[in-house]
Amino acid sequence: MHFQLTEDQRALQAGMRELLAGRFGRDTLRAAVDAPGTLDRGLWRKLGEAGFFALRLPEDEGGVGLGLPEAVLLFEEAGRALLPGPLIATHLAAGVVKGAADGSVIVTQPDGALVEWYEAADALLPPADTAEGGFADGALTPVRSVDPLTPLHRLPEPAPAADPLVGLLTAAEQLGSAARTTEMAVQYAREREQFGAAIGSFQAVKHLCAQMLARTELARSAVYAAAVTCEAADIAGAKLLADEAAVRCARDCLQVHGGMGFTWEADVHLHLKRAWVRKERWVSEGALTELLAELLVEVG
Amino acid sequence: MDLTYTEEEEEFRARLREWLGQVLPTLPPKPDPNDWPGRRAYDMGWQRRLYDAGYAGLHWPVDAGGQGATPTQHLIFLEETEKAGAPYVGANFVGLLHAGPTIAAEGTPGQRARWLPPILRGDEVWCQGFSEPDAGSDLAALRTKAARDGDEYVITGSKIWTSHAEVADWCELLVRTDPDAPKHRGISWLAMPMDAPGVTIRPLRTLAGSTEFAEMFLDEVRVPVANRVGAENDGWRVTMVTLSFERGTAFVGEVVACRRTLTALADAARKNGRWDDPVLRRKLGLLSAEFAALWRLTQWNVSESEATGGVPGTGGSVFKLRYSHARQELYDTAAEVLGAGSLDVDHEWVLDRLSSLSYTIAAGTSQIQQNIIAERILGLPKGR
Repeated sequence: MHFQLTEDQRALQAGMRELLAGRFGRDTLRAAVDAPGTLDRGLWRKLGEAGFFALRLPEDEGGVGLGLPEAVLLFEEAGRALLPGPLIATHLAAGVVKGAADGSVIVTQPDGALVEWYEAADALLPPADTAEGGFADGALTPVRSVDPLTPLHRLPEPAPAADPLVGLLTAAEQLGSAARTTEMAVQYAREREQFGAAIGSFQAVKHLCAQMLARTELARSAVYAAAVTCEAADIAGAKLLADEAAVRCARDCLQVHGGMGFTWEADVHLHLKRAWVRKERWVSEGALTELLAELLVEVG
Repeated sequence: MDLTYTEEEEEFRARLREWLGQVLPTLPPKPDPNDWPGRRAYDMGWQRRLYDAGYAGLHWPVDAGGQGATPTQHLIFLEETEKAGAPYVGANFVGLLHAGPTIAAEGTPGQRARWLPPILRGDEVWCQGFSEPDAGSDLAALRTKAARDGDEYVITGSKIWTSHAEVADWCELLVRTDPDAPKHRGISWLAMPMDAPGVTIRPLRTLAGSTEFAEMFLDEVRVPVANRVGAENDGWRVTMVTLSFERGTAFVGEVVACRRTLTALADAARKNGRWDDPVLRRKLGLLSAEFAALWRLTQWNVSESEATGGVPGTGGSVFKLRYSHARQELYDTAAEVLGAGSLDVDHEWVLDRLSSLSYTIAAGTSQIQQNIIAERILGLPKGR
């Protein structure tokens, strides 16, 4: 047993972080916020070149031939950077929808009562057991999305339950966001002074930060393990813990930032709002906890 | 990232399972919890069986008499012994997990030869004399004084929270040897024989009704200078070596046991109708996710320590913070399943609920644990 990142996995993670730092830094993020509803197709193709979408396709089908643990690491980075777009649907569409693998075609997928990025997407990935095809004109109702970087449409009928991989990869994005807001809170707590001292020297602030780290690291173990085992219970638990980590850490990060955290200018709200969007994906919290309770009985 | 065990590790597990299958039926009946000599004999008997089978000091270095097993093998050992219902480490806890490893790391060859083999064989019991009435979380504020008199220290003071004091042969004792030095720099680590004149033990009754701990009063107790491990006034550093052992794999068996308890809770709730309450079901579901993740975090930490050569990583503090809270949640939920039955202290879960209250306090309160995480892992400035 070696439940740690391999050297190759570390390199993959570092490469993705570098790519996103170069192509989707803070200025680009804020520019995206100011131009809602549009996706950077150049960046999308760049992601395609880097193997983000074709990562799990076999090499003889033009893919990278890696597995879910590697995919989870890349989606974690995407979550850290608040990278917008229907990343998971396009990743899952690689090899299914032509052009998805290289990032030239943007694919989205209905999930529950909603579909993300419907107008910007080129194609629709139907959930496994529904007929292929789009929606009739006027069938979808635009939603004024709480997250400025996730346009939403409401479906006439809720879509059938999505692929568990949507849950796992969403959990990976949540993990990345939780890790990032923890860092942001710690950095701010080191710099911001009140009462003549860095606020990070006050225990009340320290304990918020410590709980953020604990939540994030527990979620990390769950998400990575689920990527390795791919078992239903592990994915359900990973989604629950990662949702909690992302939402709670963003809330605590906001709290540590004080009044600044309540401004549009600070990035904290972008993490919180995206975490809320991701929490609604796949299966509800209630249904996931019920599922895990049922599994307890079956095991026993 | 790999969660499959190697062939070698699976062989280790298979051999261990086979041995456990043979040895567990030969154990004597478990002693009454209040029968301390009986508990000592039972725990030492188990340790002797481990020794004879080559499992004693599994994670100790070979040159200290241990097996030099990898952290993963140690994890497998703790998991399998718990699953098989084998006895806990019990009275051997301090010797195997604190005092022994400290002597192995910091002791002279003579000290290692004197103290380590009896720990491994289950011949001698150790207890821990660290905390004092006025030195709990702030352990370095300890005041028990050791004055040098020729080749002996003369020790006066009091200790508290000493487990197994009534049946211990030795005490790993922290004393102040330089009252004028800064508080971390004037401490020494001594091995004190428990039968030395001047040692008085008073059992301390906990809220669970049992006497798991004791207070220890030291009145001019004479201990040879030769019993000091490490240099004089270097005891704080020596102790930190010990404490890092405590946060490594100390709770592996308990996490396995908690997950089994969770299944038993679901079963009990099904039988008594409490299962119809969706709030309770969801609590159980969430706890299942939490304990599954704690198990994965344990595997993560063990793999990390394997990669870094046995040094427990920072994940130990995170684990302790979340586990101690989760354990309390687990037994509060057990009380919900039991309903009025949760008032009957004869029920195992009720006793466990009471003892779970110590988890957010012992071995570093959750508040201190959060300070450690914030300062040492996150790098936030020291302060109040």
